[in-house]
Amino acid sequence: MARQTKRRSTGRRSPWAATALIGIGLLITGGVYAGASGAMAATEPDTATATSLTIEDGKKLFQANCATCHGLDLQGTENGPSLYGVGAVAVDFQVGTGRMPLQMQGPQAPQKPVQFTDEQILAMANYVQSVAPGPDFPDPEILDGEGDVARGAELFRINCAMCHNVAGAGGALTEGKYAPALTEVSALHIYAAMVTGPQNMPVFNDMYLTDEDKRDIISSLLYIQQTESPGGFKLGSLGPVAEGLFIWIFGISTLIGITVWITAKSN
Amino acid sequence: MAHEDDPHGLDRASYQPSSGTAVAVTDPVRNPELPPHRERMTDKDPAAMKRAVRTIYTLFYISVAGSLWAVAAYMIFPIESGEIPAIRDNNLFIGLGIALALLAIGVAAIHWSKAVMSDKEHTEARHPTRGTDATRAGAVAVFEAANEESGFGRRTVIRGGLFAALIASILPAITLFRGLAPENTPERPNAGNPVYLLSHTMWKPGMRLAKDPEGTPIKASEVTLGSAVHVIPEPLAELSHEEGYLEEKAKAIVLLVRMLPEQITETPERATWSYDGIVAYSKVCTHVGCPVALYEQQTHHLLCPCHQSQFDVSDGAKVIFGPAARPLPQLPIEVDDEGYLVAQSDFTEPVGPSFWERH
Repeated sequence: MARQTKRRSTGRRSPWAATALIGIGLLITGGVYAGASGAMAATEPDTATATSLTIEDGKKLFQANCATCHGLDLQGTENGPSLYGVGAVAVDFQVGTGRMPLQMQGPQAPQKPVQFTDEQILAMANYVQSVAPGPDFPDPEILDGEGDVARGAELFRINCAMCHNVAGAGGALTEGKYAPALTEVSALHIYAAMVTGPQNMPVFNDMYLTDEDKRDIISSLLYIQQTESPGGFKLGSLGPVAEGLFIWIFGISTLIGITVWITAKSN
Repeated sequence: MAHEDDPHGLDRASYQPSSGTAVAVTDPVRNPELPPHRERMTDKDPAAMKRAVRTIYTLFYISVAGSLWAVAAYMIFPIESGEIPAIRDNNLFIGLGIALALLAIGVAAIHWSKAVMSDKEHTEARHPTRGTDATRAGAVAVFEAANEESGFGRRTVIRGGLFAALIASILPAITLFRGLAPENTPERPNAGNPVYLLSHTMWKPGMRLAKDPEGTPIKASEVTLGSAVHVIPEPLAELSHEEGYLEEKAKAIVLLVRMLPEQITETPERATWSYDGIVAYSKVCTHVGCPVALYEQQTHHLLCPCHQSQFDVSDGAKVIFGPAARPLPQLPIEVDDEGYLVAQSDFTEPVGPSFWERH
């Protein structure tokens, strides 16, 4: 009799064990993710211009890998835009984040593993810049992250946060397009995106956002990337939707569980 | 007549619906009665009862421990540095202690009532809501006696005075709440006129378009193709919060974009409202007033993040998707002698969502 009681009471507790296990699993996953994302934040690429590859090498790389869509002389085809005047920094952004070469036509070019070495990317960038110049690599000071973080955050909220989320977590646009998360983007690529306006992102030229403005914005984003969240789990920094979903799923299921337990008859 | 709509005479008084093939049941809902009483393990087995009792008082002492832990945590994790991690640790560990203390009391109380207290079912039959005739007559007599003794029905002057006093006692509240509403003053002649305030913004003819938030005026040459500039009226940056900075900004914000002039579709009456492919539209959504600023420079679509209304900036900001009822109002712009972008006038229609005189 006593044995049977024991088994039955164990059976009754098992749903709680499952809940506890899920909770512990979530805590561990969240903790590992937070630690990993902190550790991976802000990997600065080497923007040094020293390279053993020449513009001629860049031209060959371009003709082998890009010319099908962008044309042998950068003039563009019906499958890809002309690259006149896009500048070296646009090439570094598109190729250096793996967006180019494009895998297939779609609403938006996604980030992929980078297909070229830094040297090859630089050679192609210098080639594109030599044919029809555009925005070039910036002064390293703009990328140093030492600007005014608070002012940068205000400029970010006014100009960028509506698409990229106030914490740089990204967001959805129309018809499958989206503004990517900025949580792991390097300073140079943030700069490049502002200057060149890749895909559907508007251009933030130097007359609208000066070099100082850009330095501040980059500093504030690097600050967000590098600073650990003091308030506990960020839930992806997605704001009230993520938090509401969390409390709906876990808070309300806990309440339901308690209600079931209160109203159940004792064995 | 009535039968024209009712060829089968279903409305006639003598109509009886057919019972069809249904079988009439004398007692369709049976009284389920109480289920037989089932003894709990704690009633049958003294060892189980002992265990339950032990669980309950253990939970109560766990609660004591939680309370003590909360006091200890207050001392172990002080907020002396004022830094956020210190506040977080302080709140987290005090909160865990208090939560454990209260939760354990609740769990113990419920477990006590479920497992240890008697769970014998008792039946209490319902009685009719209506009182007996004697009770009802007694209540009427009490009211009549009260009326007679107080003179409420007879002394009409006193009664009138009471009603007047009760009505008058509401007046101070009405006066005070009315006083909260803004009123017209010589400095702000339309402050008490909400329709005027909702219909006009800060923009005036010749006012320069300036960058948000610094208020630097913008030259037409600075707006390159594909850019999106967030604009405020130039004098707005000098307003303080007391002077209505946020109220004015909420109405006057503008998004400025440039595209190739041939990409723009313009009605003839608005042909002079843009400058060389530069167009300026209100940034306040016409649905419920969110700032619409998710601009896609290749499609020229503007997306409102709140309810996914989409506007086509190349075609008069007309609504192409979503719940917005009207296109975004356009700010007519031109260029002054020094090359700066200026407004030709205020918006020609109220910005933002519908209100009682704007549908």
